[in-house]
Amino acid sequence: MTPELGHFALALAVAIAAAQAVLPLMGAHNRDARMMAAAPALAVGHLIALATSFGCLVWSGVVDDFSVFNVAENTSSTEPLVYRITGTWGNHEGSILLWCLILACCGCAVAAFGRNLPSSLRARVIGVLGFTSAGFLLYALTVSNPFLRVWPPPIDGRNINPLLQDPGLAIHPPVLYAGYVGFAIPFAFAIAALLEGRVDAAWGRWVRPWALGAWCLLTGGIALGSWWAYYELGWGGFWFWDPVENASLLPWLAGTALLHSAIVVEKREALKTWTVLLAIGTFSLSLCGTFMVRSGILNSVHSFASAPTRGVFILVLLAIVIGGSLLLFAMRAPVLAASGIFAPVSREGALVLNNVLLCSIAAVVLTGTTYPLIAALLFNAALSVGPPYFHLTVVPLLVPLFAAMSVGPTLPWKRADLLPALLRLWWAAALAALVGIAVEAGLRNAFAAGGFAAAAWLITGAFAELVERVRLFRVPLAVTRARAAAQPLSVWGAAVAHAGMGITVAGIAGMSMAASTIVSVAPGSTVRLGGYEWTLLGLHDAPGPDYTARVADLRVTRDGRQVAMFHPSRRAFTQQQQTVSDTAIETNLVRDLYAVMGDERNGQVVLRLHVNYLAPWIWLGALVMAAGGGLSLADRRLRVGAPARRSAATVPA
Amino acid sequence: MLLLVCGLGLGSATALALTAFQSSVEFFVSPSEIAAGAESPGRTLRLGGLVEAGSVRHSAPDGHPLVRFRLTDGKASVEVSYTGALPDLFREGQGIVAIGAVRPDGTFGATEVLAKHDENYMPKEVVEALKKSGRWNPAAGPPPPAATWDTLKVKSAGE
Repeated sequence: MTPELGHFALALAVAIAAAQAVLPLMGAHNRDARMMAAAPALAVGHLIALATSFGCLVWSGVVDDFSVFNVAENTSSTEPLVYRITGTWGNHEGSILLWCLILACCGCAVAAFGRNLPSSLRARVIGVLGFTSAGFLLYALTVSNPFLRVWPPPIDGRNINPLLQDPGLAIHPPVLYAGYVGFAIPFAFAIAALLEGRVDAAWGRWVRPWALGAWCLLTGGIALGSWWAYYELGWGGFWFWDPVENASLLPWLAGTALLHSAIVVEKREALKTWTVLLAIGTFSLSLCGTFMVRSGILNSVHSFASAPTRGVFILVLLAIVIGGSLLLFAMRAPVLAASGIFAPVSREGALVLNNVLLCSIAAVVLTGTTYPLIAALLFNAALSVGPPYFHLTVVPLLVPLFAAMSVGPTLPWKRADLLPALLRLWWAAALAALVGIAVEAGLRNAFAAGGFAAAAWLITGAFAELVERVRLFRVPLAVTRARAAAQPLSVWGAAVAHAGMGITVAGIAGMSMAASTIVSVAPGSTVRLGGYEWTLLGLHDAPGPDYTARVADLRVTRDGRQVAMFHPSRRAFTQQQQTVSDTAIETNLVRDLYAVMGDERNGQVVLRLHVNYLAPWIWLGALVMAAGGGLSLADRRLRVGAPARRSAATVPA
Repeated sequence: MLLLVCGLGLGSATALALTAFQSSVEFFVSPSEIAAGAESPGRTLRLGGLVEAGSVRHSAPDGHPLVRFRLTDGKASVEVSYTGALPDLFREGQGIVAIGAVRPDGTFGATEVLAKHDENYMPKEVVEALKKSGRWNPAAGPPPPAATWDTLKVKSAGE
């Protein structure tokens, strides 16, 4: 009964979404206040229907209703409850439903927090969101329905892929999807602006918080995914330039560019057409990221198996949404006349440079990710683009980006002189040079030296503007404190986010100094790596809820003193006949000791050992970036609601 | 000015991408192509095929695990050697992709071995190799399970 209720609620959601698409847009076009006023109610109804539907799917998983095909395929009765819930979105159908649910939440968020928007703009934004929603809900209902029954029901389910049975991955898809889908709101604002034929400073102010919220979530989602790959896949690395990783990086790059160009729209009423195009582009990349990869068009370790009808449906849907919006852009963009001229050396000039570089990086990553597909279609050549391509293309573009990241915020708007700005940063530059030279002299690792120098430059440079504003050490400390408190939160947010980038870069530079080895050892033997002695004490079996584990006891000592006691294991999942390595990691934030257990043969076991320096900084930096975005969001001047209202405290997500 | 900056950015991005492509595109090859000696040693390639049953040999010279096995597309097979931990789904009869280069002696030295995390899944490259060698006609239906591709009896590598 529950699955049928869910199925019905899904169908109802399609109908409401269609109404949400048609009525407000028609109302806004005909200046019909009553039709426009229907938008918020429809958005709420849409969310309620979809939440019911999603709840039914979760419930079917929780009560082990194996007559539902999707549940039978992806959960089993021996699984812990939490994985029966998270199994809901660990597969294609469920993840699409979750995606649609988040999109419905976006519509509701605009309805709730957008009371101060002009009524026609609000109606159009909600209408565009409804239109997008209707398309993807139709996809879920027709070719990717999670509520289909199977008869006779199997006695037990097939279980979720053991690799996905992990707390990190349980929360990763919702956060990442919220980031992806969040960019639907700036997209809807862009389409609404094209329909209205007007983009002004106020538009920039309304769009930016939504873009910022989505960006924070996407940053967190990417970091979670990378962290999961690090500790669960056990390959010792944090980023593999896999198509699915690139697919999440692309909207992040475009979204970062969008955040910055929206500032120019808000402050200077320039770059309007470009910002609208970026908003469309960011969401288009999000769509491609979710669906091209998931539909198996791009070959990836993460892609779910999929039927051809789905691929065609998705392609048509993407063509309508992306092609349609670009067509509208081409038709209406000339209406958005540019005002404001600006000098190349100015804050807005620096923000343009930021956009050019970020979009160039996005372009080379996109090229590398899709080139195998293009080569297969056009030249019938089977090839693959490996990490060296991405390193060779992205790193040279990052150098000017990082250089400009610290200089840009110190430049004033309209017209600036480069020399005074650079002179103010002399101490940051000196520190960066010092760090770089010290690392190069000590380690003879040019990449690490460059990375640490960039990190020092970014972290100190991030606060250069604040130091200047609070006149640190030039006025008494009490005055400095008062001035610091008086700074708007968005200034702090920008500084923190830029510093977060620096922390991540330091982590990546640290990882380039990692040491690793693969050995085949018998119990009792000792291996030396990175100044540590790793002794295999013994091997034993340990039972788990739905697996049996073979555990290695590993003692790590340094100069005779015990540093860590390790238990990497291999879990044999009987039901899926799969073996999964469980990585053991011991971290003190400066270095990770990382051990993976491999095959056991003739009394010897294969062990992969790593000493990874500063690895946690990579994700810590991403968290700091997201926190910086959050700080900026908390700035009252940026809030979606009325600037005057103190009660609008909720941060839009 | 604005156009100049954009042009510079896009131009340098294009130049970077083109030079990087020349050195880092990894072509996919089948065991037949390597056996025919068409590939020059040293260039990074992706070799896709099925692990020949009974061909996997493990050893540990100087403490580092060394695996040797033969990869086949049904027509020809190539000796592959790999130092490292095999993926959890590496089994005899399984379709895998080995990334590495041809050695002067005609064997394939792998730096990485990939097996997808679904026992029924066959990497696209392996499918291509099987089609090229004439072992599977996609028009005749879905490919039979990877394990039945080889003529010898298949054992699980986990034993």
